[in-house]
Amino acid sequence: MLPLDPERAARLDTLIEDLDPATLLWISGYTAGLAAERARSGARSGFLAQSLVQPVAPHAPATRATPASPVTVIYGSQTGNGRRVAERLGRGLEASGLQATVVSAADYSPKQLAQERFVYLVASTHGDGDPPDDARALFEFLTSRRAPRLPSLAYAVLALGDSSYPRFCHTGRVLDERLAELGARRLFARVDCDVDLEPKAAPWIDQAVGAARGELGTEAPRLAIVTPLRPTAAPLASRDQPLEVELLANHRITARNADRDVRHVELAIPDERFDYEPGDAIGVFVENPIAAVERIVELTALDPASQVTVDGSTHSLRSWLTSRREIARIARPLVERLAERSGDRQLAGWLAPESATELRRAFSQLQVADLLRHFPAAWDPEALVRALHPLAPRLYSAASSRRQVGGEAHLTVAVIDYRHDGERRVGPASWQISIASPGARLRAFVEPNARFRVPTDGSRDIIMIGPGTGVAPFRGFVQQRVADGARGRNWLIYGGRHRERDFLYQAEWQETLKRRQLHRLDVAFSRDQADKVYVQHRIREHGRELFAWLEKGTSVYVCGDAERMAPDVHAALIEVIATHGARSAEDAADYLNGLAQVKRYARDVY
Amino acid sequence: MTELSAVEKIKAESRGLRGTLVDSLADPATGGLAESDTQLLRLHGSYQQDDRDIREQRRLQKLEPLWRFMVRLRLPGGVCTPAQWLAIDALARAHANGSLRLTTRQTFQLHGIAKGDLKPTLAALNAALVDTVATCGDVNRNVVASSNPVESPAHAEVAEWARRLSEHLLPRTRAYHEIWLDGEKLTGTPEVEPIYGNTYLPRKFKTAIAIPPSNDVDVFANDLGFIAIVEDGRLAGFNLTVGGGLGATHGDAATYPRLADVAGFLTPDRLLAVAEAVLTTQRDFGDRTNRKHARLKYTIADRGLAWFVAEVERRAECKLEPARPFAFTSNGDRFGWLRGFDGRWHRTLRIPAGRIVDRFDLPWLTGFREIAKVHTGDFRITPNQNAIIAGVDASARQAIDELISRFRLDATEHLSPLRRDALACVALPTCPLAMAEAERYLPQLLSRVEALLERHAISHVPLSLRITGCPNGCARPYLAEIGLIGKAAGRYNLHLGGDARGQRLAVLHRENLDEAAFLAELDGLLRAFASERADEERFGDFLWRTGRIRGPARA
Repeated sequence: MLPLDPERAARLDTLIEDLDPATLLWISGYTAGLAAERARSGARSGFLAQSLVQPVAPHAPATRATPASPVTVIYGSQTGNGRRVAERLGRGLEASGLQATVVSAADYSPKQLAQERFVYLVASTHGDGDPPDDARALFEFLTSRRAPRLPSLAYAVLALGDSSYPRFCHTGRVLDERLAELGARRLFARVDCDVDLEPKAAPWIDQAVGAARGELGTEAPRLAIVTPLRPTAAPLASRDQPLEVELLANHRITARNADRDVRHVELAIPDERFDYEPGDAIGVFVENPIAAVERIVELTALDPASQVTVDGSTHSLRSWLTSRREIARIARPLVERLAERSGDRQLAGWLAPESATELRRAFSQLQVADLLRHFPAAWDPEALVRALHPLAPRLYSAASSRRQVGGEAHLTVAVIDYRHDGERRVGPASWQISIASPGARLRAFVEPNARFRVPTDGSRDIIMIGPGTGVAPFRGFVQQRVADGARGRNWLIYGGRHRERDFLYQAEWQETLKRRQLHRLDVAFSRDQADKVYVQHRIREHGRELFAWLEKGTSVYVCGDAERMAPDVHAALIEVIATHGARSAEDAADYLNGLAQVKRYARDVY
Repeated sequence: MTELSAVEKIKAESRGLRGTLVDSLADPATGGLAESDTQLLRLHGSYQQDDRDIREQRRLQKLEPLWRFMVRLRLPGGVCTPAQWLAIDALARAHANGSLRLTTRQTFQLHGIAKGDLKPTLAALNAALVDTVATCGDVNRNVVASSNPVESPAHAEVAEWARRLSEHLLPRTRAYHEIWLDGEKLTGTPEVEPIYGNTYLPRKFKTAIAIPPSNDVDVFANDLGFIAIVEDGRLAGFNLTVGGGLGATHGDAATYPRLADVAGFLTPDRLLAVAEAVLTTQRDFGDRTNRKHARLKYTIADRGLAWFVAEVERRAECKLEPARPFAFTSNGDRFGWLRGFDGRWHRTLRIPAGRIVDRFDLPWLTGFREIAKVHTGDFRITPNQNAIIAGVDASARQAIDELISRFRLDATEHLSPLRRDALACVALPTCPLAMAEAERYLPQLLSRVEALLERHAISHVPLSLRITGCPNGCARPYLAEIGLIGKAAGRYNLHLGGDARGQRLAVLHRENLDEAAFLAELDGLLRAFASERADEERFGDFLWRTGRIRGPARA
């Protein structure tokens, strides 16, 4: 029996029809909080309109009048790290009896800051100093002349970044300084986290909870924290609780003579704990290959059996190197320690701020063994372990929709396997996957990416820009749209080197074109003609039409390389909007930011 | 009325063979063409094919097949100048797979051309005064003519008739110029095809001219044929042959190879009118509902030769005279130097399977190129996939011989008669129709059969063996003494009993044999042949005489 009378049930139906799952989940959280509040106070009215986080209807920017709760945690996050830290802080605040709102910068109207009293900002930096897409508007608003004075605001910033980039933690740094400039009161000094964020993020969370309790006390009423709830009873497999999944298929999908080996991988997903959506990533835990570990042992002449205790856990050196530390990626701490230990002046020079770009370039082409080989030094086991980052799972965009492939998740994996100075180097995850046969088991989890979703309104058109393995989520998108019976058009812009060698999923795209499930396909193959042609060239070439699509409410998605492709595509889009929309470059940039703000321009770049 | 075949609709809607070829060629998302354009492309002289060796691999790679194009040149009578040879050779190396394929219809095929290279290839050919118009598809294909060029003045005259016939029966659409040569684009309605109409022919149409005693063109395998009648050293006219064709479909009894009928005699001045009348009769009466029943041979078989001849006479506005006597002695080639009536020399070189390519120890592609640079006569491609260096002055022979020897083009000089006369179609990996290997398997097959001949001490006896990868018959296996017709990977139908003059069909002897089985079968028959052979008797004749094969198709 429904607790609602038919009229109210109908009103509820009207209210919730067309809402996407994320919004529905938000409402469930909101009404749960409302229930708790009414049970406590006996109040009758809702306070949605004047308070609390307004659920952001897709395509409509959020606005709200006054803060819903004494503490607001705003995060800007590209890969989900920022979101996770913000959510942990939210739980920490709640646990100490403080009402808090955790909100993505994309869902937060920057003007609202003037009404805030207590804000924590978790801001990641993307690529070389860029704000993450969801925080772009907030960043631009705050750094502009339009930003209001914020004399009544207290705040603290946690900056996330990657020290191999020259402008490490740039976004957080700028926001921190700017808020102070605008008159806000800094509660405590900003903390900058490197890729291995835990050592600094955990203490910061404690400090933030402590500061909030000190300032606000704990008398504030408890309310539901608006964090996504899943409708399923079982929690989603996560980084902390991965699941074993079985590999069903592993096919090379580039031609024999292609420059890269790219695999189409199919995983059997066990149950609803693996309910991913197209746009989500699948994380895969791996170990480093034995040969790579042995090479490190050999180069450092350390005893692999020696026991090493770091951060309270004790394992053999071999175990640390095999399953707990990164040896395929080089991080700044290693370079610093190596410079100290080897006394090498070149290394020390690289660490100078002005050499950051050079250093980062070197990082991208080298693994730990290369550095140890080129700069011999005396190591002790603990120092080595401490100089290395924790081994992180590798994330791959889901290349399928469950609505089409049922209990499977598909991945598109570029295999990293090359030689450097005569020695073989592999990416641990992609290499392990490349040699895995059906039946092999992987530890994996779902990394949700709520910002990268097909429009809930199926009648909207979408443009998908995804060269190389960046095309993976769009395979999922198209599958999803077909399964949903979405009537909107799908336009894919793909790029690669050679049409005949690395046109990923070519046969499938041709099939979807034929079936009118893909409505437009433009391709750019850089090495098929004398001039290098990339996706941004196609964007400019078809600018008039692309802009016409944008004007009709189309969503644009970009996935793939963050270093060069994403900025080039971004610039091309601005150019197209300026040219065909008769706007200044600045207005065109605003137009594009506006799209990002309403989630019609989303990027998943890495 | 039964529905027209799908290809008929494509032709009718093609606006003079234009279709959407320009868009298809420009589409960067695929190395192939739109389905309907692949049909139209044929009439421009090219087939879309793929590398079948890696088709399955690419399917698993979720990549489309590795589309490539075969380009077939129009070379009436197989005549090619040294300048043309050099141009074709350059294209083979620049855009194709580095080889030239001489075909059983006296022309070159270039294989392995990528879509983007198609237009430059055709444009370069055009610059060398060669085209590919109507060499494939439902039109009159390359006209073949007995290739030994100048045994008499009549031979030169026949070669000229082959050229004129080919020109006369060409489609008139400007589509070829528009699409491949940047000619002016059509505005308004497409041009009228005076001979073909807008749906061209129901099916392919092959034309040959033979000069007895050589039947190297296998004139009876052609839809339309002319047997030159030379009287007192001058060309008196031609016997008309109609309704030949070798293609069949496995397991479909309604399809069959058929030898042409001799319909009568005509003087040379009637040649074009009669040819056109044969073609337009087939255009109007051929079956356009079933492509397996659409060749002229079925039209004649269904309606009768008398009806057909009357229709042709009415259209050509002339009466055929009674056929004149003729006699063929062979459908093979004569190798080595031959002297022509005018004192010039011609040397025929054996090219197994017609493949000219640089191999490590046999740099033939280079060899022919070097010869083309100094040669002042011309080249002739023979219907037996061989090449003639023709019109060499006596004084130039030595220089040519030195080049032949340096590039080992004489390596085939001492081959067994079996190896010298064998034919194979292209088949795998490029031909989409192939069901079994042919060209690639030929050398191994010949070694196995040679071993049998040696065992029975008959290696010196001429024996014609032809193998194809499918029953369409490109290498004319139905006319061989031993014909192997591919049925599946490693399996062939064994046909026996052709007469080596192209006048008697081989009959299906055993079906679906693997190599061991057909070699065992041949072993027994060759043993009998070796012991019971009459003087100079050929294997095909022997099989009939001794009743070891029997069938309906005796000539």
